[in-house]
Amino acid sequence: MAEPLAKLTKKDFESDQEVRWCPGCGDYSVLANVQRVMPELGVPRENFVFVSGIGCSSRFPYYMNTYGFHTIHGRAPAFATGIKLARPELSVWVITGDGDGLSIGGNHMLHVIRRNVDLQILLFNNRIYGLTKGQYSPTSRVGMRNKSTPMGVIDYPIEPSAFALGAGATFVARTVDVDAPGLQEVLRRAHDHRGAAFVEILQNCPVYNDGEWAAIEDKKTRVDTALRLEHGQPLVYGAKGQRRGIRIEHGVPTVVPLRDDEDPIAAGVTVHDERAQSPAYHFALATLAPPEFPIPVGVLRAIERPTYERMLQSQIESAVEARGPGKLDKLLRSGDTWTVEG
Amino acid sequence: MSSSQGPAGPSPKKSQRVERVAIRFAGDSGDGVQLTGTKFTESTALAGNDLSTLPDFPAEIRAPAGTLAGVSGYQIHFASADIRTPADQADVLVAFNPAALRACLADVRAGGMVIVNSDAFTDKNFERAGYTEDPLPALHERYRVVEVPVTRLTFEALKDLSLSQREAGRSKNFFALGLLYWLYGRPLEATLEWIGSRFEGEIREANRRVLMAGYHFGETSELFPVSFEVPRAKIEPGTYRNITGNTALAYGCVAASVCMDRPLVVGAYPITPASDVLHELAKHRSFGVKTFQAEDEIAAVSAAVGASFAGMLGLTVTSGPGFLLKQEAINLAVVAELPLVIVDVQRAGPSTGLPTKEEQADLLCALHGRSSDSPLPVLAAATPSDCFSIMIEAFAMAVKYMTPVVVLSDSYLANSAEPWRLPDVAELPRQQIRFRTDPDGFFPYVRDDETLARPWAIPGTPGLEHRIGGLEKQDGKGNVSYLPENHQRMTDLRHAKIARIAQDLPPVECHGADAGKLLIVGWGGTHGAITSAVDEARAAGHDVASVHLRHLNPLPPNLGEVLRRFERVMVAELNTGQLSRLLRAEFLVDAQSLTKVQGQPFKVSEVRSGIDRLLGVA
Repeated sequence: MAEPLAKLTKKDFESDQEVRWCPGCGDYSVLANVQRVMPELGVPRENFVFVSGIGCSSRFPYYMNTYGFHTIHGRAPAFATGIKLARPELSVWVITGDGDGLSIGGNHMLHVIRRNVDLQILLFNNRIYGLTKGQYSPTSRVGMRNKSTPMGVIDYPIEPSAFALGAGATFVARTVDVDAPGLQEVLRRAHDHRGAAFVEILQNCPVYNDGEWAAIEDKKTRVDTALRLEHGQPLVYGAKGQRRGIRIEHGVPTVVPLRDDEDPIAAGVTVHDERAQSPAYHFALATLAPPEFPIPVGVLRAIERPTYERMLQSQIESAVEARGPGKLDKLLRSGDTWTVEG
Repeated sequence: MSSSQGPAGPSPKKSQRVERVAIRFAGDSGDGVQLTGTKFTESTALAGNDLSTLPDFPAEIRAPAGTLAGVSGYQIHFASADIRTPADQADVLVAFNPAALRACLADVRAGGMVIVNSDAFTDKNFERAGYTEDPLPALHERYRVVEVPVTRLTFEALKDLSLSQREAGRSKNFFALGLLYWLYGRPLEATLEWIGSRFEGEIREANRRVLMAGYHFGETSELFPVSFEVPRAKIEPGTYRNITGNTALAYGCVAASVCMDRPLVVGAYPITPASDVLHELAKHRSFGVKTFQAEDEIAAVSAAVGASFAGMLGLTVTSGPGFLLKQEAINLAVVAELPLVIVDVQRAGPSTGLPTKEEQADLLCALHGRSSDSPLPVLAAATPSDCFSIMIEAFAMAVKYMTPVVVLSDSYLANSAEPWRLPDVAELPRQQIRFRTDPDGFFPYVRDDETLARPWAIPGTPGLEHRIGGLEKQDGKGNVSYLPENHQRMTDLRHAKIARIAQDLPPVECHGADAGKLLIVGWGGTHGAITSAVDEARAAGHDVASVHLRHLNPLPPNLGEVLRRFERVMVAELNTGQLSRLLRAEFLVDAQSLTKVQGQPFKVSEVRSGIDRLLGVA
């Protein structure tokens, strides 16, 4: 199987459908990077399934030349769960947004994560409802003015990565739509992870919430606004002369100013541990936010835990082992039977 | 009469032959009434009678002891001849407390026997049941009242065991069971065996002793001068077992999976009265059954649709409120044209309604409860054992026509039991599933000429990568399409495909006569009551017949012609007239309506009165 796979290219993953997102939408970049990573994953194309709900991002499957299912609002995790537990050998990707995945579909997101179904969940977070033309979403900031809240949003927002950690996620990553290398690396890691891999993609909506992530998308400012996570490496960011680190103690983050040549570890900067069993540290990371803090990007958490569909499969195997394959006649005759003679 | 004290040897009492008996057990929901009824049913089946049962339990798991709200009942009707209902009235009521007496007395026929646990007839329990005084003295005129100190006799039988009073008290239902076994000559062995395998230690010994004590009490006490014998019924040869609708339904799903050689994936969320189907299916992992208890009703159906997309047999099982929640996902399955079976075990509503009670009022919701034009086949089971074969039919239909199929059961079918002649597994209808594998000329909405079904092309098949979803699709190619004429065409095609299922349906057959003055039309769990009422009326010389619809959409092809052969048509159903409205709309027939929504099935007498009224003979 390795040989024909090696021949696949990005082109093989492009469907014949015209892509219809608004010009400048962050989704274009995500799509291109997903299509670029697909051929590297060692999965036959016919084994990929893209499942989405409703929203701008949920049009994604139509543009992938794989199996795809554009389902109903908020429920993609449930459809994907059914697909994966039916056919564990498939590589199943959920495409959702902040409204689809955390508002109408918040319940399903919670449960698909806690069950640790082996899926890749890409949540495009643009902090707005785009397809319905500009209402606030559960990740919109307090005070933001838009069509449904002309006097400003009074809902406190949810932080997607923190939500996932609260649900017991075994894998949480955050990345940025236009950061091709960072996005591709996270996609590869998400694919390699066995279990529910939750990926928050900070994505720009140029029409209804333009510039929401400008500081982290802009190559010039990124160095000061993004905290790139690498397992075993200290939490350091900032341009030359502006070098800083993050210390997280008892869940409380502080900024540690660093000289350019200073050893961050000796200065008390925390070393990133994506494998820490307790999610407390990861939660503190996930909730770091500007203006005091940078936005962490990369893999926040990655731990091993048996997956739902494998455990279900092993229950079937042990039932068959204990009782043999089911025999219908025996089943119907279970319990008390009696025979009436002719 | 002298009492016979001999513990051994044949009973010297007289035995009287009767053809049919209905017994109602009733008590607090914690009294073990359902268990008592179930065990009596099993022994009755082994004694060779035809039978029908109806449990009737409160929604609360343990309502306050002794209150009307907490009364749990179980009725069994058994006979030496063919019977179809749990009987309108009980011949015997076994009341474990005053509340049970109060709740059930109206259902006991005049002259019937009322056996009470006299130890529970205390001032406190009278008050809890809403009696201002002891109701028993006033009953003697109308009923044969037998007061048995069940609690005291139970303690007496267990006095040398080290059980607490509370533990010992739990055995008292076995006393009543033993007593009734003697009274109706039921075999004890199966229950003794069951006690032996189910319980351990002193509890096992206690239950065994109390069962025997009840039996011997009947034999020796002067309270019961005669026992009764119900001769074996003439029953078609074969091997039988008792089956409830919910168990039959679960077995039918497993059988469908075996017959189609495709694993079953079940998405379900607990809901009364459908949960038992999930419980039963969860036991059958060795058949490859994957049960998934989802976070809610929506996720349950969505997972089932996902599994269907992936090539498995997707199933979801629910009841009214859950059925509503699933409708959007079902609509997606209609548009995506995926096979899926949705079971709605109907209960009385609307909203939470009466969760454990009977109604068949989700018919229009099944047919029309989704947004837009969204046709799908709807089937309804007629008897508990029919729940088995209907599931095989539903899955075969879903796969052949690539459509979601709704199967309607109801609370009465779900919980009532009847003897079921086991089918020959080798003769069950097999259906080979053919997934599309050939990429040549493949498009997701290219249709089969005969069925109009689109191909089932599942992930993992090289060259058939495609996208489906809720957006309207271009006929044939399956790309998203907003074109006006395409939407018209796809809407028409979805209707035409479902209408085509009628080509597979057998013509409906009339019960009683093929033409005449009055036709009763029924569907679902009312089959027993309607058929029995028609038989009674015909025996009394009236010109009446019935048809019972299994297929509610599409309707059987000959139904219109059948309706026209009768001068009058009356639809009997447990709602406010849903099928009658459909028939009037479909066939311009002046269908009358006989309806009831009291949380209870039809009594035979109620259908009979409806017949008499319409024929002008009442």
